[in-house]
Amino acid sequence: MAGRKKDDTITADTFLEGVWRENPVFVMLLGMCPVLAVTNSVMNAIAMGVATTFVLIGSSTLVSLLRHVIPKQVRIATYIVIIATFVTIVDYIIQAISLDLYNALGAFIQLIVVNCIILGRAEAYASKNRPLKAVVSGLGMGAGFTLALLCLGSVRELLGSGTLLGFSVFGSQFEPWVVMILPPGGFFVLGGWLLLFNWLKERKEKTEVKEALHAR
Amino acid sequence: MHADSLTYIFLNAAIINNFVLALFLGICPFLGVSAKLKTAVSMGLAVMLVMLISSICAYAINSVLVSYDLEFLRLISYIAVIASAVQLVEMSMKKFSPALFRALGIFLPLITTNCAILGLALFQTTKEYDFVQSVSYSLGAGTGFILALVLMAGLREKLELAEVPSISQGAALSLMLAGILSLAFMGFAGLGA
Repeated sequence: MAGRKKDDTITADTFLEGVWRENPVFVMLLGMCPVLAVTNSVMNAIAMGVATTFVLIGSSTLVSLLRHVIPKQVRIATYIVIIATFVTIVDYIIQAISLDLYNALGAFIQLIVVNCIILGRAEAYASKNRPLKAVVSGLGMGAGFTLALLCLGSVRELLGSGTLLGFSVFGSQFEPWVVMILPPGGFFVLGGWLLLFNWLKERKEKTEVKEALHAR
Repeated sequence: MHADSLTYIFLNAAIINNFVLALFLGICPFLGVSAKLKTAVSMGLAVMLVMLISSICAYAINSVLVSYDLEFLRLISYIAVIASAVQLVEMSMKKFSPALFRALGIFLPLITTNCAILGLALFQTTKEYDFVQSVSYSLGAGTGFILALVLMAGLREKLELAEVPSISQGAALSLMLAGILSLAFMGFAGLGA
């Protein structure tokens, strides 16, 4: 158990990894369904992000606490039941807070159960780490997911209805691009963000190659 | 067409509110296994089969839960049923049709986390469909899923040969394609009641 001590330390990286370098949406392309479906406004995006983060943290904690108790053979089934329990809680909480929001998000709150990010985290991370570390990492992943939802939500709401969080941005002359809040807009905007990231990455690689050549 | 008629329910699920392109359900397999036409068809058929089974099971479970006032257990029991339905399909397929089982390979167990299946079970509950309507709905949803997957796979097979800028290769291009497909399906939107 000598090597365990080192792995247990929680650094800023435990949190930041999920936000940027291993961003679940932009880098790992996980959990695409809610990303595309509920990002037609910023408010929906935030609500979905917070709900998913809550489930992620809750299930990570419980899985991590029970990691020595759960038998290997039935672990996936156990994880799914744990996740479904937290999703049911979130479902009722959102219903209690705001019925409008609940109707706007529709079935996608309950569909958090089948969000691959959460099951993936439970299997790959929470079942192997201490509760505290699993929570920090879950928080990072949740933040990364929320960030991605916001990236999509803000662009789509801005172009699709000319508003941001319900406030008008472009004034009354602006003709909204309705397609942006309709399903195709989701695909286009996410595709656009991925293009942007690919472009940035390629540019960075090119400058690195150039610098390396200059150094010689 | 009457909104409750079986034909309408079928067409609604398959085309007007296509599960993949209009409701964003099952995007992961849609992007993941649409690179080849052949695998796309097999995956689509497997999903359709699981949809039919889990739709029937969900209908039965829901009527039991409602009669005992246990609606809060709905989500947990649905997901448990879907997981076991997938297992059941896998086992029976292995026994009766090993060739098909081998063709589908890894895709079968992955169907459990396909949100189109859970979505179908939840939607049919919210819409309060009776047994026959549920079956029609699940068949429609399955057909729609196959349609989307096959269309996408056909496009991507052609794209393999096309010359595209290096930054748009992979997921970005697939998403743009999906957007255009979805745009095409928007044309049916007016048909919805």
